[in-house]
Amino acid sequence: MAAAVGQEIAVAHEAAAAHAAAAGHEKAEGQQHPVAIYLWIWVLLFVFSTFSYLIDYFHLHGYLRWSLIIIFMLLKASFIVAVFMHMAWERLALKFAILVPPLCLLVLIGLMAIEGDYTFLTRLASFLH
Amino acid sequence: MAESAVTTTEASTSALPGLPGVVADWSGDKNAFPVPWGKAMMWIFLLSDTFIFTCFLTSYMNVRISTTVPWPNVSDVFALDIGGRRIPLILIAIMTMVLITSSGTMAMAVNMGYRRRRANTTALMLITAAFGAIFVGMQAFEWTKLIVHEGVRPWGNPLGAPQFGSCFFMITGFHGLHVSAGVVYLSVVAKRVWSGFYDRKGSYETVEITGLYWHFVDLVWVFIFAFFYLW
Repeated sequence: MAAAVGQEIAVAHEAAAAHAAAAGHEKAEGQQHPVAIYLWIWVLLFVFSTFSYLIDYFHLHGYLRWSLIIIFMLLKASFIVAVFMHMAWERLALKFAILVPPLCLLVLIGLMAIEGDYTFLTRLASFLH
Repeated sequence: MAESAVTTTEASTSALPGLPGVVADWSGDKNAFPVPWGKAMMWIFLLSDTFIFTCFLTSYMNVRISTTVPWPNVSDVFALDIGGRRIPLILIAIMTMVLITSSGTMAMAVNMGYRRRRANTTALMLITAAFGAIFVGMQAFEWTKLIVHEGVRPWGNPLGAPQFGSCFFMITGFHGLHVSAGVVYLSVVAKRVWSGFYDRKGSYETVEITGLYWHFVDLVWVFIFAFFYLW
């Protein structure tokens, strides 16, 4: 499924380039892509959301639950950013400028997770005494 | 003004691809980002908004890890009785579907805009705004249920850890504010599309920029849904 979508994106890209070339000196229109690709992504988002909901509905637990939640979340987020927000068709300079800075946030998340564990243990120790 | 924009776009399509392209775009004596300035600014605003929402979600993670009181069963808190059956988290599932539907109609609105179909673009943007309004309405219902019937407050709740209330109101409140602002934003731009403003201007890029904002609101909900409601 993902490969098919990747191919769709590539095809759409070529189509857009061909369209731009055909337009020649006419007014170049920014992000114009076939409707089919949006409909595909739309369907996929519904499917992934339904799966996410079913994880909760069927009371999956433990590592299976957490990994499935994260996988569906990342799939949905990537498809929204790549296709709906047209990031897949932007130049690499803009992709880097927008997508690299949020990686700093991973440091914040890591630090706060450690801090949370520490606070929890401190509270346990102090409440038990 | 319009001519220079076209020239920039044409120059960029013939520029280098990949990593050498990044160096060329940033070091050349030209615009680093070959997109309309409004789009670049919207992306940078969304980047800053990403940091804000991550701060909220990270602080939620922190207090949830560190609290010694059990966290309320979220699946049960947001359940609804439909047809005599209690279905867990169904309200949030419906809200998610509403937001995804609106994201799809917004994507189609952008597409129709670039095809210069004024009526279709206006209609799709108004439908998107309507779905956004429905989402906010459902959120108002959810808040009323929690505040009035369950007695949840930002400083505590009878269901378990008091941090649940503060995180819930802060995160969903800030997101709901974004959706509400988006509904106004969409309506204003839809009115301008209908009036032919962008036909006269010669470009529908504003519709795409509005779309960026709307898709971001949906994007944030993906993370809130995963971390706050499913975790």
